Amino acid sequence: MNIINEEELRIKANNVRKDVVRMVGIARSGHLVSSLSIVDILSVLYWKVMKVSPQEPRMDSRDRFILSKGHGCPALYAVLAQRGFFSREELWNYRRLGAMLQGHPETPRTPGIDAPSGSLGMGLGVGNGMALYLKREQLPSRVFCLVGDGEVQEGSVWESAMTSSHFGLDNVVLIIDRNMRQSEGITSEIREVEPLEDKFRSFGWETTSVDGHDLKALTDVLDMLHGGRPLAVVARTVPGKGVSFMEKESEKELPHLSRSVIDKALRELNAREEKDGDA
Amino acid sequence: MAEQERNMRRAFGEALTEIAKEDSDAWFVDADSASSTGAASFRELFPERYCNVGVAEQELVMVATGLAQTGRRVFASCLSSFLVGRAYDQIRNLVCLSQLPVTLVGSHGGISVGPDGATHQMVEDISLMRSLPNMAVLVPSDYWSTRHLVRSSWERKAPSYIRLSRCDVPDIYTETDSDIIPGSGRMLAEGEGVTICACGIMVKEAVKAASILYQQDIAAEVIDCYSVNPLPVQVLLASARRTGCCVVVEEHSSRGGLGEAVASLICSNYPIPVKFVSLENEFGQSGTPEELMEYYGLTANQIVSSVMQAWTMRRR
Repeated sequence: MNIINEEELRIKANNVRKDVVRMVGIARSGHLVSSLSIVDILSVLYWKVMKVSPQEPRMDSRDRFILSKGHGCPALYAVLAQRGFFSREELWNYRRLGAMLQGHPETPRTPGIDAPSGSLGMGLGVGNGMALYLKREQLPSRVFCLVGDGEVQEGSVWESAMTSSHFGLDNVVLIIDRNMRQSEGITSEIREVEPLEDKFRSFGWETTSVDGHDLKALTDVLDMLHGGRPLAVVARTVPGKGVSFMEKESEKELPHLSRSVIDKALRELNAREEKDGDA
Repeated sequence: MAEQERNMRRAFGEALTEIAKEDSDAWFVDADSASSTGAASFRELFPERYCNVGVAEQELVMVATGLAQTGRRVFASCLSSFLVGRAYDQIRNLVCLSQLPVTLVGSHGGISVGPDGATHQMVEDISLMRSLPNMAVLVPSDYWSTRHLVRSSWERKAPSYIRLSRCDVPDIYTETDSDIIPGSGRMLAEGEGVTICACGIMVKEAVKAASILYQQDIAAEVIDCYSVNPLPVQVLLASARRTGCCVVVEEHSSRGGLGEAVASLICSNYPIPVKFVSLENEFGQSGTPEELMEYYGLTANQIVSSVMQAWTMRRR
C-alpha cells in the first residue's frame, strides 16, 4: 500500500477531487467546499498511512478513521471508492433515495465507514471508545479522527479531549481541518477557536501543525510516533482547494451549482492533470 | 408473591457482573455514578472492561458507541435525567441509527427519586426513548424482572433502554420466571372487568388496586407492561377484548409514555375507553417518595377511581 510515490498520490488526490465535484454536481446537493479542503488529508491517510483492507472492511487489525465532520463525506466516499471498498458507480447515487451513500456517513450501510457522523462533535468520543478497547487489548491499530475547525465549538469535543489524554490514548490522532470557514462565514468572526494548539496542549495532548495540502509533510506528521499522549494535528487547509473559483469561499458564498459551474470546475481539475495524461 | 423489598439498581449490578463472567466482550461504561447505579461490583471485578468517563454523559454514549463499533457489547449507565436528556443526540445518531449492541440503563427514573427534586426526577424518558427507531424500552417492576431484562437486552444485541427506579420494591417475580423479554408482558391477575396495564414501580400499586376492586366485584386483569417498546401486542389486545375498558398506570408524564402507546394500539385495533394514571405534563418537586406519589396521585386508590370511570364507559 505504501509503495505509491508522491506524484502518483497527487494524481490520486486530483482524481478524488474530480469525483467529489461530479458527485455533488449530480446530486445538486452536498458540501463541496469543505469536502475539497480535506481531499489531500484523506488521500494521505488511505494511500500512505492507514492499514486498511478494502476486501475485508471490518478486519480487526485495521486502523480506524472517523470523519467527524460528516458533511465532508463526498471526499471520503470518493476515496473509499477509488481505494476499492465499493464500486465507483455508487458515487453517482450519493444522496439519492435508497442509496448506499447517504448525505452523511452511516454504519453499517456503507463498507469502509467505521462510525456514523453528521451531528457534529461526536467523532472523537467514538474514537476514544475504539482506542480504549484497542489499547487495553494491546492491539497496534490506530484511530484517526478528522474534525472541522468550526466543529470544535461543540462542547462535546472537549469532553472527549479530556478522555483521550486521561486514558493516555496515544493511538488516537485528531486532525483539525483548519480551513478557517464554517457554515455562516469566517470562523474567527463567528466564534474564535484559537489558540487551538495551546488548547489541546493544556488538555494533555501532543500537538503539531502542518500544511494540509503538502502530501509529504502530511505523511510524515500522520505517521509520527507520539508515545504516551494523543496527538492533535492542526492541518492548515484551503476551503474549496483545487478549484480556483471555489477556494477561500464558504459554502454559502458558492455560486449556484449549475451544470456549467460543475463543468468549469472539472475542466480546471482536468487541466491540472493533462501533463500526466489523466483526464 | 414474596414480601421482600429489593433494589433494582442492585439487580442491574448483579446481572451485569454475571453477564461479564460469561462474556469477555461485555463492557461497562460509567459517568461517575457506578455507586448510584449499582454497578460498582463490575468495576471491582472487571477493571479492564470498565471505563469511567467522568461527569460527561455525551462522552458516555460516544465511548460506548466506539466500543460497540469494535464488536463489544456495551452497557452504559447513569442517572436517567442526564443520560436521556443530555445525550439524546448521541443516542439517536450514534446508537440507534447504527443499531449497535448498547444497553443504556437510566437509574433514578420517575418522581420516587424523592428529595433531589425535579432536575433528578426523569418523567419524560420513556417518551423520548420510545420515539427512537430500533430502541427497545424496558421498565422493570422488581428485582428479578430487572435481572431478566438486563440479560435479555444483552442477548438482543441491539439498542435498549432500561429504566430503573431508585427506591426498593417488593419482589413480584422469581429467578426461574422465564420469557421476561422485550415484546412480552406478564398477566399478574386475570379478570373480565377491566384491563390495568402498568410498568415499573406502579405494577405493585396496580396489583393492590386489583385486590381492592375484587372486594367491589370488579375482576381486574393486571398486565405488567415492562416492555413498553415493543409492546406485548397480543396480550394487550386479547385483554381489551375480554374486559372492554382499560386503565394505564405509569410513573411518567402523560405525554408519550406507556399510556399513549397502549391507547394508540387499542384505538387502532379494538377501540375501548382508556383512562390514565400518570403525571400530567408537569415537573416533580422535592419531597419523600411516599409524599410525592400521594401528591401526584400515583396510588392504588387513584387507580381504583380511574377504573370506576373507565368501567362505567366500558364496551359491552
